[in-house]
Amino acid sequence: MARPASHSSLWQLWHQVFTDLFRWIGVLGRELSSSRGRWVVLALPMLWLVAFFLVPFLLVLKISFASAVSGAQPPYSDMIGTAEDGALTLRFAIAGYQLLLTDSLYVTAYVNSLVFATVSTLGCLVLGYPIAYGIARASPAARAVLLVLVILPFWTSSLLRAYALIGILRTNGLLNQLLMGLGITDAPLVILHTDLAVYIGITYNYLPFMIMPLTANLMRLDFTLLEAAADLGARPLTSFLRITLPLSVPGIVAGSLLVFIPAVGEFVIPDLLGGPDALTIGRAIWTEFFSNRDWPMASAVAIAMLALIVVPMLVFEYVQDKRLEGDRR
Amino acid sequence: MATARPHATVEPWQDPNAEPILRIEGVTKTFGKVYAVDDVSLDIYRGEFFSLLGGSGCGKSTLLRVLGGFEIPDKGRVLIDGVDVTRVAPYERPVNMMFQSYALFPHMTVEQNIAFGLKQDGRARSEIEDRVAAMLDLVRMGQLGRRRPDQLSGGQRQRVALARALARSPKILLLDEPLGALDKKLREHTQFELVNIQEKVGTTFIMVTHDQEEAMTMSSRIAVMDAGRIVQVSTPSALYEYPANRFVAEFIGAVNTIAGTVVDAGEDRVVVRAHELGQDVVARAPQPIPVGTDVSIAIRPEKIDVREQPPSGEDNVVQGKVADIAYLGDVSIYHVRTDSGHVLRVQETHAARTADPHYQWGETLWLVWNAADAIVLAS
Repeated sequence: MARPASHSSLWQLWHQVFTDLFRWIGVLGRELSSSRGRWVVLALPMLWLVAFFLVPFLLVLKISFASAVSGAQPPYSDMIGTAEDGALTLRFAIAGYQLLLTDSLYVTAYVNSLVFATVSTLGCLVLGYPIAYGIARASPAARAVLLVLVILPFWTSSLLRAYALIGILRTNGLLNQLLMGLGITDAPLVILHTDLAVYIGITYNYLPFMIMPLTANLMRLDFTLLEAAADLGARPLTSFLRITLPLSVPGIVAGSLLVFIPAVGEFVIPDLLGGPDALTIGRAIWTEFFSNRDWPMASAVAIAMLALIVVPMLVFEYVQDKRLEGDRR
Repeated sequence: MATARPHATVEPWQDPNAEPILRIEGVTKTFGKVYAVDDVSLDIYRGEFFSLLGGSGCGKSTLLRVLGGFEIPDKGRVLIDGVDVTRVAPYERPVNMMFQSYALFPHMTVEQNIAFGLKQDGRARSEIEDRVAAMLDLVRMGQLGRRRPDQLSGGQRQRVALARALARSPKILLLDEPLGALDKKLREHTQFELVNIQEKVGTTFIMVTHDQEEAMTMSSRIAVMDAGRIVQVSTPSALYEYPANRFVAEFIGAVNTIAGTVVDAGEDRVVVRAHELGQDVVARAPQPIPVGTDVSIAIRPEKIDVREQPPSGEDNVVQGKVADIAYLGDVSIYHVRTDSGHVLRVQETHAARTADPHYQWGETLWLVWNAADAIVLAS
């Protein structure tokens, strides 16, 4: 790709940084691929996961089985203690989990979170698919630019982006000014602090998570397959439905999981953009943790979310992978 | 190599009343400033096995894609059975294409791949099933209908691609390097099989290939292409024996070309002063050529006779020494260096069994050929 020199210098810099980084990683990988090094390669991510995922998870799990002790530091009972006769005791309190099942408040929170996450994931899919398709079919140079543009919003904090959305969506905000200025509506639309605002917020925030895996998937799509379909009498829509869509299912699944799982636990966006009745799991956890100072209850809510949503999805994906591998054999 | 095929003797292109199934009129296709296809006109007749032959970048694949509807030409028209299809979308053309990469749908079984086109035509389910079974039978893949493309060998995939492209009974089947992905042994076998299938179904085949041997073996006629233009359209044997110019002569088979100037012109023969040989040679010339014209003499290696003694009474005699010997089993190729330093390629057939080469390195030989076997080509 020929570019004007002044224009290309920043690109060359970026390109240089990335290629050097990859080369360095490659060299490191070769160094480590000796039999001793292989353990290091495996141990590094394992250590990371143990330190920053498994240990905190076990801590939360442990707290969820404690009972709240107000005024104490930390504000929950010890799991391991000594009885009066000096024997070691393990205490499990399941009050938190019991409350989860009996108090409709939590059930509502789960249902709300699932609805928010589902609608937003569909929103991401509907918006993200054409974008990913366009990026995948663009020339390699344009593709690099477009991918950077997709990631660009991530360079500001999600909190800032949520506040920006408030500015756009509120009653006398930019969107309403535009709509009324163009004469499309007479009165301002009430969007902020409704469910719609939450859908918009989550979709906007998580869109790149949908676009990235979908783009990677669609880039691998062999476009002569579409020519073959057209040759065999399929109109463009049929080609899309019978060829492109089925072949991009792995990308759709990956993108949807990447959006859905964090969206279920999303706290900031429903809190800032949603209405007062938009109770979500994230809000429930926040309330238990910070307002009620009930750490065990907050932990129980979090663990239940993991057990109810994330674990089945991961199992589903695992099974899906196994099936695909089986097909290939 | 240049085998006459049974139906190639029926030559519709010789019949002035025959209606072509495909007429290409002055088709030009440019990419930027590059003329991929440059003013190509061509008539192809029902039942032909027609080949577009040329090196890479000669425009043969672009021309095929124009016929398939994947490229719209800048100029010219394409008519199928008299109907202008130049701007008709691929999915509305009565042609099908067998892609070089086969382009089999990886998420469908062999049967589903073959049924795809039939479903688009909205045919009845039982009819589709019968047709798929018939197609699987035709390409001898009856047992493998439920496999996926990635569970097949290269040769099997090639058969599925053929079956899928033939399933809708297209008026014309376009084949883009159909044997390109197969190894040599399988390719030779498949050449004959493809011709047999074509004869069985009677569909007009148009094949793109860079392999002159493949084109010679399979085709009723061949169009040799170079730089976006058609250089010559002929039957395989006419192409080999009567090449229109030096490009075709050198592209099809091996040939010795000798540059020279016409010094004497008779009724149907010319005497050419060959500077590279340092002597005159006599050649057949279908049209009279004026004295002083610069020409090339083309003579095929197998048409040169080798003598160990100085012959007499021959049209052309050139003396030289054996410089190289290539033993190929059925034939041997000798490179003979003339006294002037020019190297001629000579081919000897091994009709009788012997392990000894006929001639030795450095041996002095006399090369002999008839004036009628040499072709005079414009330089």
